Amino acid sequence: MSDDIVNIEVNGKPVEARKGQMIIEVTDAMGAYVPRFCYHEKLSIAANCRMCLIEVEKAPKPIPACATPVGEGMKIFTKSPKAIAAQKATMEFLLINHPLDCPICDQGGECELQDLAMGYGRDISRYNDQKRVVKDKDIGPLVSTDMTRCIHCTRCVRFGEEISGKPQLGTTGRGEMMEISTYVEQSVDHELSANIIDLCPVGALNNKPYRYSARAWEMVQRPTVSPHDCVGSNLYMHVLRGTVKRVVPRVNEAINETWLADRDRFSYEAIYSDDRLIRPRIKEHGEWRDLDWEDALSAAAEVLGNADAEKVGLIATPALTVEEAHLLAQIADHLGTANIDHRVSRRDVSDQDDDPIYPSLGCRIAEIETQDAILVAGSNIRAEAPIIAHRLRKAALAGAEVNFANSAEYEYYFDVANYVSGAGLVELLAGIAVAAAGRKPLPDLVGAICDGVKANATQKRIAASLKKADSALVLLGNIAGRHLSYTAVRALASCIADLTGATFGSLSEGPNSAGAHLAGVLPNRTQGGENREAQGRDIASMLSDTMDAVVLVNVEPDADIHAITDAVGKLARQKFVVALTPFVSAGLLECADLLLPTGTFAETSGTYVNIEGTWQSFSGVATPVGEARPTWKVLRVIGNLIEAPGFDYVTSEDVRDEFVDQLGEVSTSNAYEGTAEIAKPNGDDTLAQEIDIPLYSVDSVVRRATALQLTDEARRASAKGDVQ
Amino acid sequence: MAYEQNLVCFNTFGSDESWTLATYEKHGGYESWRKILAGDLNPGQIIDEVKASGLRGRGGAGFPTGLKWSFMPRDAKVQKYLVCNSDESEPGTCHDREVLRYNPHALVEGMAIAAYAMGATVAYNYIRGEFMDEPVPRFEAAVKEAYDAGLLGHDIQGSGIDFDLHTFVGAGAYICGEETALLESLEGKQGRPRFKPPFPAGFGLYGKPTTINNTQSLASVPSIIRNGAAWFAGLGPEGSGGTALFSVSGHVEKPGNYELPMGIPFKDLLDDICGGMLGGRKLKAVIPGGSSCKVLPAEIIMDCTMDYNSLQQAGSSFGTGAVMVMDETTCMVKVLRRISRFYMAESCGQCTPCREGTGWLYRMLSRIIDGKGEEADLQKLVDVANKIEGHTICALGDAAAWPVQSFLKHFHHEFEYMVRNNGRSIVDNATQVAA
Repeated sequence: MSDDIVNIEVNGKPVEARKGQMIIEVTDAMGAYVPRFCYHEKLSIAANCRMCLIEVEKAPKPIPACATPVGEGMKIFTKSPKAIAAQKATMEFLLINHPLDCPICDQGGECELQDLAMGYGRDISRYNDQKRVVKDKDIGPLVSTDMTRCIHCTRCVRFGEEISGKPQLGTTGRGEMMEISTYVEQSVDHELSANIIDLCPVGALNNKPYRYSARAWEMVQRPTVSPHDCVGSNLYMHVLRGTVKRVVPRVNEAINETWLADRDRFSYEAIYSDDRLIRPRIKEHGEWRDLDWEDALSAAAEVLGNADAEKVGLIATPALTVEEAHLLAQIADHLGTANIDHRVSRRDVSDQDDDPIYPSLGCRIAEIETQDAILVAGSNIRAEAPIIAHRLRKAALAGAEVNFANSAEYEYYFDVANYVSGAGLVELLAGIAVAAAGRKPLPDLVGAICDGVKANATQKRIAASLKKADSALVLLGNIAGRHLSYTAVRALASCIADLTGATFGSLSEGPNSAGAHLAGVLPNRTQGGENREAQGRDIASMLSDTMDAVVLVNVEPDADIHAITDAVGKLARQKFVVALTPFVSAGLLECADLLLPTGTFAETSGTYVNIEGTWQSFSGVATPVGEARPTWKVLRVIGNLIEAPGFDYVTSEDVRDEFVDQLGEVSTSNAYEGTAEIAKPNGDDTLAQEIDIPLYSVDSVVRRATALQLTDEARRASAKGDVQ
Repeated sequence: MAYEQNLVCFNTFGSDESWTLATYEKHGGYESWRKILAGDLNPGQIIDEVKASGLRGRGGAGFPTGLKWSFMPRDAKVQKYLVCNSDESEPGTCHDREVLRYNPHALVEGMAIAAYAMGATVAYNYIRGEFMDEPVPRFEAAVKEAYDAGLLGHDIQGSGIDFDLHTFVGAGAYICGEETALLESLEGKQGRPRFKPPFPAGFGLYGKPTTINNTQSLASVPSIIRNGAAWFAGLGPEGSGGTALFSVSGHVEKPGNYELPMGIPFKDLLDDICGGMLGGRKLKAVIPGGSSCKVLPAEIIMDCTMDYNSLQQAGSSFGTGAVMVMDETTCMVKVLRRISRFYMAESCGQCTPCREGTGWLYRMLSRIIDGKGEEADLQKLVDVANKIEGHTICALGDAAAWPVQSFLKHFHHEFEYMVRNNGRSIVDNATQVAA
């Protein structure tokens, strides 16, 4: 090991460093700050800004700390007169053509150039010639540009080349005429594209929807968690007097690193959408009227109290928090019904008793990038979980073979090892299973599905790729989860994992499918995955009947329910529908009878359990809009009114703590142990039968985020008409 | 004193169709290469010979060529490359063009020998885009002739030696003459210098060990092997072996490209070779090695010999051997502005001091010429130049800074005069007074 260590001296202090480490990594680690613009720890080294020039003994010239590896005996001076002079020289050059329009720049107050100019700039410019002006570019609805402010650090360019893999920004022109641009005019529209806002050290690339709406120093930064996928990206909301102004990433190397999907960054706009339900409303004789909370809650309690327990249904989306799920499950218990479900998109529940206790990735999110081979099946993964897709890309760049089995073709910005498509998912996976089994017999479970199936060359390569890997992962996506023959799909995927020695995992819908499973928001299981003695009805079964009362928690029936068709029509036939919802929609107005305004994710406290099983609690960060109340509070009061026992929680933490105590240890096993032989899907296994939810249509919040809906991606999706 | 001309790179000059294989062979061409093919010379011997010859890189930096070759990893079993830098773009320099036009086989043979010495089996000649018309076709014709004669290719003449040579035509950027920018350009990317380390000998073209040599350096190699290192070294003074190609331009009677022994006194170059000053006027200044070298006033250059040591001691450098001669009618402020404009236009824009500083220098000089200069600008010019020098990724920053520093050092009074007289040049004043 000692060969890998070199002894150096920084500002007279002896330090040990790893051989090959760049000077700036060492000085950062010991807290000797060296100013920099182009250097970013997640990006390759460019050494172009020249801000980190420092003095090294015996070096004739100042050298860049970001690009110079440490060597034995090196004596480094970060603050010597020579180093400071070089840094000040660079600062002067950077400022001569910078517009210095800090008072009208959104970056003002949080600008790296502004901050460093305080330390290294002059008080008066010596430059009295003409300044450069650069035309701004229109790169889409998310990122604003003020290109005259650009200092050409190329972080944004390197982000496209190295992180997203879609190099849309580049440099054109030489010398002073060098510009950052898109070559031909186009929007920058990768699902992680807006991270260039955070990377840009100056105000050249900024948050377009946020433009000119607040100053950095007057906002409060509050941590929370994103509700748009099963990853639970960590973020900060910047709040001005109770109103969310913008969202930035919160670093969590285990989950989203320093990145944030555009969806997570811009969805906040929906909090202030015109569609917000701002006070309770009730439908009487076909007419809607407002009413106060007290009357509204009494009305809800009365309907529930009077209903036949067998004829009550509770339907939520996987966007509900752990606390809400726990309360909802207790309400169901108290009412004596098991008609409770959150699987709004699952069409095949025939083997629900073989489900794992809760859906899980099978490994940590960060472990994806250390796999040697991965098979992703039935997933538009860049839309379903952009951060997971990013980890896949990192895995591929690190040398993993990333394989896909999808009926449709999706584009990836890395080398895909093998991609089978062009047939139904069952057919695609059956071939891989057959190849994986080789001469060995296939398990009886999938015998019928695989009968007569022959693997094609690609399927054989995928099986071989998984088999030869030391560490492999088979990952089922949400398209698989919505498949009409999910039973067959899952059995095959699990069988492929078993035969190849791979880990089996899956994605899930929404931010908290795992939490809903654990709390027992399921017709067949109670808390912790215990089987119910008497099974309740799933969504399809509830809505094919006429119920006395149906409660919808954060469900937009016209867009969120994929488990059945014509959800709105079927709900409209129910006797009384209570909807807890942040938004009004045409579908709800048609089918509901009572609307209770609830808060969005920003206006409530709660906990999500993500796909790797991490519990992430957050507080409410914004003042609720209108008379909206956090869902957990509404459920608690309904519980009080129907006299459910133990509903005396004061805070959401009380609810969570009680739930955690009750839950105890839970098995995280993904092992699938189906028993009955599965029949070949009959006509169900086609691309046309699959449901792919576009990137910006995943939930009611995202669907109302104005800027996101203006993106190329959203417009293309709505033009295709596949917004459900 | 008479000097023998055209001993090395121009050795076929004067013959009919000097660029053909037949002519080249009449002058001893490919003798060295055939000796290698016959197995009479091993790579180590060749490198030692080139080291002993005192050949230094003629592209401007003057780095010893043999030493550079010895940096290539010996035993690495990876593809290695040789690249010839024919992106001759230093203002004032135009002699590599003549090698390509009139003696291309010297380069072909030199590249073959160099590649063999370093274990490279593939070589590229990166030729500047402006040479499309004549030099490129001439060079390509020579390569074809050499292939047809069985001098290049796979297992050449049963020797087991492989060598393939390709031409690559650049698009006319000065910066692509910087060796790492050249590699980027050759890889199909924007011509932007790479930060060093890593150096090309370890991580070069496509990430493989690569050596880049100048056209003239490589074209000198066959003569060195043929005539011996001692012969070559003996042509010039200590530390500057061989001959050099001088591109003499400016106010002389006979401007042109001359191949002369290193170490020729400037006085002889001017008077004996170039026929003296144009119209017998008085010499004011000389830029001895291309526009990025520091300018030397008449009284200094007249005592110099044209070799690495002498010019370095005089405060300038040998550079590319492009000698730009300026007489007493030359306005040094205007010359400097023209030079600064060039570096502003040719900066790649990648790193801050050069991108921002070169334009600043040019605009200050323009302002002075427009009569809007201030005395403080003169110190500012030097100060900005000092802040560019040594702060950039590649040497273009230094190349932009050195003229400014040296012009203001030696001709400060001309700048001062112009600032004090609202843009009037000291030269205009002199001619008026004379009239």
